[in-house]
Amino acid sequence: MDWFENGWGLSLIVFLPVVGALAVLAIPKAKESLIKWTALAFSLVTLGLVIALAVQFDYSAADTYQFGTAMDTTWISAINANFYIAVDGISLPMVILAAVITVLVIIYSWNHWPEPHNPKLLLAFVLILATGMTGTFVALDLVLFFVFFEVVLLPMYFMIGIWGDRAIRVVPVVHWKIEMRLYASLKFFLFTLFGSAFMLLAFIALYFKSGEFLDERTWSMIELSDLGSAGVFTGTFAFLVFAGLFLGFAVKVPMWPLHTWLPDAHTAAPTIGSVILAAVLLKLGTYGFIRIAIPILPDEAVSWAPFIGILAVIGIIYGSLACLAQTDMKRLIAYSSVGHMGFIMLGVATLTPIGLNAAIIGMVAHGLITGLLFFIAGSMSHRYHTRDMTRIGGTMVLMPRMGVLLGFAAMASLGLPALAGFWGEFMALLASFDPLPLIGATTTFRVLMVFGAIGTVLTAGYMLYMLRNVDFGEPSKEFADKVLPDVDGYEWLAWSPLVIGIIAIGIYPKLVFGATNEAVVSLLAKAFGG
Amino acid sequence: MSAIDYHALLPEIILALTVLVTLVVDIVTRKKYLVAVTAMVGMFAAIIPVLTLAFCGSLEFCTSTGADRVLFGGSYVVDSYSLVFKGLFIFAAFIALLLSVGYLESDRYYEGEFYFLLVASALGAVVMASSRDFVSMVVALELVSGPAFLLAGWRKGDPKSNEAAIKFFISGVLALALLLMGVSMVYGLTGTQQFDQLAAQSASISEMPLFVLGVIFILLGFGFKVSAVPFHFWTPDTYEGAPAPVTAWLSVGSKGAGFVGLLSIAYLAFPAVADVWGPVLWLVAFISMTLGNIVAIKQTNVLRLLGYSSIAQAGFMLAPFGAAAASGSDNLEEAFYATVTYLVIYAVMNLGAFAVVIIIASRVGSFELEDWGGLSSWAPGLAMALAVFFMSLAGIPPLAGWFAKFAMFQATIGVGNWWGYSIAIAAAINAVIAFVYYSKVVKVAFMDPVPAGVDVEALERMETPAPIAFALGLTAFGVILLGIFPGLAANLGEYGAQVVAAFGG
Repeated sequence: MDWFENGWGLSLIVFLPVVGALAVLAIPKAKESLIKWTALAFSLVTLGLVIALAVQFDYSAADTYQFGTAMDTTWISAINANFYIAVDGISLPMVILAAVITVLVIIYSWNHWPEPHNPKLLLAFVLILATGMTGTFVALDLVLFFVFFEVVLLPMYFMIGIWGDRAIRVVPVVHWKIEMRLYASLKFFLFTLFGSAFMLLAFIALYFKSGEFLDERTWSMIELSDLGSAGVFTGTFAFLVFAGLFLGFAVKVPMWPLHTWLPDAHTAAPTIGSVILAAVLLKLGTYGFIRIAIPILPDEAVSWAPFIGILAVIGIIYGSLACLAQTDMKRLIAYSSVGHMGFIMLGVATLTPIGLNAAIIGMVAHGLITGLLFFIAGSMSHRYHTRDMTRIGGTMVLMPRMGVLLGFAAMASLGLPALAGFWGEFMALLASFDPLPLIGATTTFRVLMVFGAIGTVLTAGYMLYMLRNVDFGEPSKEFADKVLPDVDGYEWLAWSPLVIGIIAIGIYPKLVFGATNEAVVSLLAKAFGG
Repeated sequence: MSAIDYHALLPEIILALTVLVTLVVDIVTRKKYLVAVTAMVGMFAAIIPVLTLAFCGSLEFCTSTGADRVLFGGSYVVDSYSLVFKGLFIFAAFIALLLSVGYLESDRYYEGEFYFLLVASALGAVVMASSRDFVSMVVALELVSGPAFLLAGWRKGDPKSNEAAIKFFISGVLALALLLMGVSMVYGLTGTQQFDQLAAQSASISEMPLFVLGVIFILLGFGFKVSAVPFHFWTPDTYEGAPAPVTAWLSVGSKGAGFVGLLSIAYLAFPAVADVWGPVLWLVAFISMTLGNIVAIKQTNVLRLLGYSSIAQAGFMLAPFGAAAASGSDNLEEAFYATVTYLVIYAVMNLGAFAVVIIIASRVGSFELEDWGGLSSWAPGLAMALAVFFMSLAGIPPLAGWFAKFAMFQATIGVGNWWGYSIAIAAAINAVIAFVYYSKVVKVAFMDPVPAGVDVEALERMETPAPIAFALGLTAFGVILLGIFPGLAANLGEYGAQVVAAFGG
C-alpha cells in the first residue's frame, strides 16, 4: 500500500473522523439511527486504518518516523509551518488507544444518551475530538501540534457544559451557586487555555531561537530536537521556555497543584466525556513532555527532573488521600487519575529508558482501566440514579456481572500483577531507584520511590474502600427490592475490548514495549548522549 | 506634474460615483431596496480595479508605472499596503450593506439616505488607505466619521440611539481637535505635512519637546478611532445605541480606517521617533486589552459586550507595534505584518459575529443575553454560527482567530526583549480572560434553558432575510477557511508589510 508510505494513510486517519462529524451534522436530526450508524462507520473505518497502520509498522525501526507526510509539505508559508505528521514507536500506542476509545464510546452511547438528548451534536463532538487527539499524537510541527492540542478543547467544553451534571455546586471562596456542568466546563477550559497560552509563547520563542543556528527558522520537532541534543538552548532562555512548556503540559496531565480542574470536569462530564477525558486527553500532556519538552530541552529537563518528580509524588499521595475522602463514586475515580498520572510523571522524571517505558505503558494502561471504570460508574449511576457510595451497595447481589467487572477494573487499577496497571507503577518505582545519573539527585528519587510505594498501598486502600461500599454487603433498603438490569449487550460490546486489552497487556507487556522501547532508548540516547 | 493615473484612482472614482447614484436612485424610486442594490453593485465595481491594481504586474493591458503608484507629488500612494486595506474596507462595507437591508426594512427607517451615508463612509476609509499627507488624511478621516455620526443616531425614536450619536460625535470632535493640534505643531516645526518628507526631517528634531508632544497628540487622536483606552468611552454606549449594522461597520470599517491612519503615521511619517510613540502605544495596548477584557466580563448586553471586546481587540492589534517600536527595533516589518494580518482576520470574524447577533436579536427581539437562553434548541444552525464567531474572537483553533493571536504573539516575542516578552505574557493572560466572556455568550445559547414564556414554535418559524443569511454564510465560510488555511490571511499581511521594507522602516 503505497499511499500509506507517503503519508496519505495517516492523514486519512487524522481527518476521517472530522469528515464523519460533518456528515453527521448534515443528517436531519430525526434520523437518529442513521446518525449513529454513520458515526460508527467512520470511527470503524478509522480504526481499521489504524490497525492496518499498526500491522505495517516496522517495529525493528520503531525509533524512526514512519508513514509520514513529506517534511516540507507547506501549510502556512508565511511562517514556514508545515503539515508534517508521522508515527514512531512512542506515538503508535497512543494513536491506537485514541482510535479504540472513540469506537467504544460510540458503541456505548448507542443506548446511553445523556440528557438533553441530542445524539447528532454529541457524536459530532466525539468525532471532532478523535481528530484532535490523533492529530496531536502524530504532529511533528509545533504549530500543527498546538492547533490539534487546542482542537480538543471546544468539543469537550460543550460535552461537559451541555450534557453534564446538573447538580448545584457552590463555588469555593465566593459562594456563588452554579450548576456543576457550567462550573466544570468553564474551569476545564480556562485552566487548559492558561497553560497552552504559555506553551505557545514557548513554541514561538523556540522558533525564533532556532533561526540563530539554522539557515531558516523551524517549527519542526525533529530539527529542534537535533538542536536540543547539540545543547544550543541554554541559560535563562531555556529555563523560561521549559517553564512555558511545563505549564502547558502539566495543566493537561494534570500535575499537582494544577489538577483542580480534573475532579470537577470528570465528575460533571457525561459518561463518554469522562471516558475520553481520562483515557486519552490527559495523555496529551504526558506525551508533550516526552515528545517535546525532554528532547528539545534536555538540560532543562535534567534540572527540572527532581522538581517534577516531587510534584508527581505529591500528586500520588494527595490523589490517593483525596480518594479516601470521597463519597461520590465518579469523583473517587477522578482523583484516582491524579494519583495514576503521578506515577506516569514520576516515570518521565527519571529520564531513564525504564522510566519512560513505564510512563508510556502506564498511559495506555490508565487509558484502558480508567476508561472502563468510568464506563462502569456511568452505567451504575444510570441504574441507581445516584453516585453516592453511602447509598448504593451490594451490587454483587443486585447486578453480579456489573459487580465483577467493577472488581476487575478496581484490581487492575490498584496495580495487581498480571493486569495492565501493574507495569506502569512497578517500573516507575523501579526507575526511580536508579534515575539518570546526570540529574544527580539519586537520593531524592529513592526517597520519592518510598513515598510512591506508600502511594501504591493507599491506591489499594481506596480501591478496596470503593469495592466494599459499592460491590459488597447487602443492598440498602432503598434498592433492596428493586430489579436492576445487569450489563446489557452494548455494554458488553464496549467493555470487553478494554477487559481483553487489560489482561493482554498485563500478561504480555511486550505488546506495548515492542513498539516503544527502541524509540524511547534512542530518544534518551540522543538527548543525554546515553 | 505628469498626467493623473486614473487606473490607480479608479476605486475611489467608482465609489464616489456610487455615492451620487445612490442619491439619484433614492429620489426616483419608491423601492428602497434598489438603493441598496445600487450601492452593492458599486462595491462590486470598486473591488475590480483594486484587484487589477494588485495583480497589475501579470496583466497585459495594465501599463504599470512601477510597483507603487505615487500620485500628487507623494501625497497619495497606491501600494500593496493600501490595496490590502482598500479591499478590506470594500468587503466590510459590502457586508454592512447586506446586514442593513433586512434590518432597515423591518423597522421602517429612512433607507435611501442610510445607504448613501454608508457608502460615503466607506469611500473615506478607502481614501484613508492611500493618504500619505496630513491634509488628505484628515479629510479622509472626517469622511469616515461624519456619516458615521449620523448613522449612529439613525434610530431616532430611541433615546439610546441619540445618546450613541451624541457621545460618538463629542468624543470624535475632541479627538479631531487633538489631532489637528498635533498636526499644526508638527507642520509648524517642519514646514511640511507630507509623510515621506516628515520621515526625512523628523530625525533631526526628534529631541524637541514640542515636536514630541505633537506626535503624541496625533497618535492619541487616532486612539479614538480605534477605540483604544483612554478614548474608549464612547465605544460601549455607541455600540449599544446605534443600529446594529452601523455598529458592525464602526467596529470594522471605521476602526480599520483608524488603524490604517495609525500605521501610516507611525511607520511612514515618524519612524525616526519610534522611541517616543513606541512606549506610549505599548502602554495603550496593555491598558486597552486588560481593561476591555475585564469590564467585558460583567456585560449582559451582547452589543456592549462586543464593544468592550472591540476595545480589547484593539489592544491586541496595537501590541506588536508598541513593543517593536518601544525597543527601537529596526525590523518593524514583522510587527506591521502581524497587525495587518490581525486586522484582516478580525474584520471577517467580527462582521460575522454582528451578522449572527443581528439575526438572533431580530428573532428574540432583544440584545440582552438572558433572553437568548436555549437558542440551540430552536435554532441549532444559528447557535452553531454564534459559537463559531465568538470562539474565533476568543482565538480558539481551528477558527480563524487563533492565527490572528498567533501572529501577534509571534511579532511581540520576535522583538526579542522585555518590551516584547512582557506584552506577550500580558496578552496571553488576557486571551484567557477574554474566553470568560466570549464563552458566556456560547454558554447561554447552548447550555441555558429557554426563558419562561417564550413561544419557541413561533421563533422556529421565523425566517432570516436572504441578504443577512448570505453575509452570515460568507463570513462563516471565511472564518473556517482562514482558520484551517491561515496562510491566506498571512499572505495578505506579508503583502501589506512590503511597504515597510520599501520605506526602509
